[in-house]
Amino acid sequence: MTVGADWYLGLAAVVFALGLLGVLVRRQTLVMIMCVELMLNAANLTFATFARSLTDIGGQVLVFFVLVVASAEAVVGLGIAITIFRHKADVNADSLDRMKG
Amino acid sequence: MTALATVLLWATATHPTLVDAGTFSVSAALVIAGAIGVIVARNPVHSALMLIMTLFGVAVLFLLLQDPFLAVVQVIVYAGAIVVMFLFVIMFLGVDREENLGAEKLRGQRPTSVILAAASLAGLLILGFVGHWTLGAPHVAGPDTGAPNVNLLGQSLFTTYLFPFEATAALLIIAVVGAVALARRPGGEQKVVDAAPGPLAPELDPASRFVVTPPAPGGNEDAEPSGPGNQNGGDGS
Repeated sequence: MTVGADWYLGLAAVVFALGLLGVLVRRQTLVMIMCVELMLNAANLTFATFARSLTDIGGQVLVFFVLVVASAEAVVGLGIAITIFRHKADVNADSLDRMKG
Repeated sequence: MTALATVLLWATATHPTLVDAGTFSVSAALVIAGAIGVIVARNPVHSALMLIMTLFGVAVLFLLLQDPFLAVVQVIVYAGAIVVMFLFVIMFLGVDREENLGAEKLRGQRPTSVILAAASLAGLLILGFVGHWTLGAPHVAGPDTGAPNVNLLGQSLFTTYLFPFEATAALLIIAVVGAVALARRPGGEQKVVDAAPGPLAPELDPASRFVVTPPAPGGNEDAEPSGPGNQNGGDGS
């Protein structure tokens, strides 16, 4: 007997909720991007779990694609962070209030 | 990693339940501890290191789910490339100082976010364990027949999922071009020099490193006053 799929799905749900909490609570842009990576990892874990429990390789292929998208997202996010830092000397989300009416 | 996989596979064949449960609980604890650490660490560098811990835990879970290729890719791409890039940007921007976690600009943000996250966790768990959902047709990509993982993945990646694969290639190129366009300094003719008066300048404001000065009147690039350690124009971003 291996560990049941329920446990993996529960763990993925917990990690996803933690990542969501981090995005909502933290105000540092870089840490917020890291928390998005946490959420993507939770999704990956779900895909891999279903790939095993349905004996379907498609879930693993999807994990591969999510990895690619995550790296692209991190690259663009960090580029945006560098651009923001050049203008504001700060990457704190609280200081980005230029559109405030 | 291969040795670890071999040991894990051997152990799973001989002592299934105990080894599986033990590995799962240890790596699940690592994953959750790392995720909490990412959130509560004041220093972004510590957050990045905690993220590495989580990613390693997820890699072990991939091994446990019999996806050795994905486990290796997880370690190489995530821990080896993405987190290193995070660390590089943190050091480059010089934001590796403590963040004041107590200050709250939006009133009631913390409780609201905790409530929202708890609600989403509850929703996910209810959806997963109580709801009766129907799964779509399995085996779209062919069943996982037990052939080597890499062979199966490659086969379905280059036959069934060929178009998404090419689309992700295009996405990567677009992301690279976009990142270069975002991060390059505006105004190709202008030159960025260090605003410090000299090498003895104490404790710069981080922003002053990026002060853009108009080009020298003569147009000669070497006409700038350049003390030792004064020039900063060459480094890429």
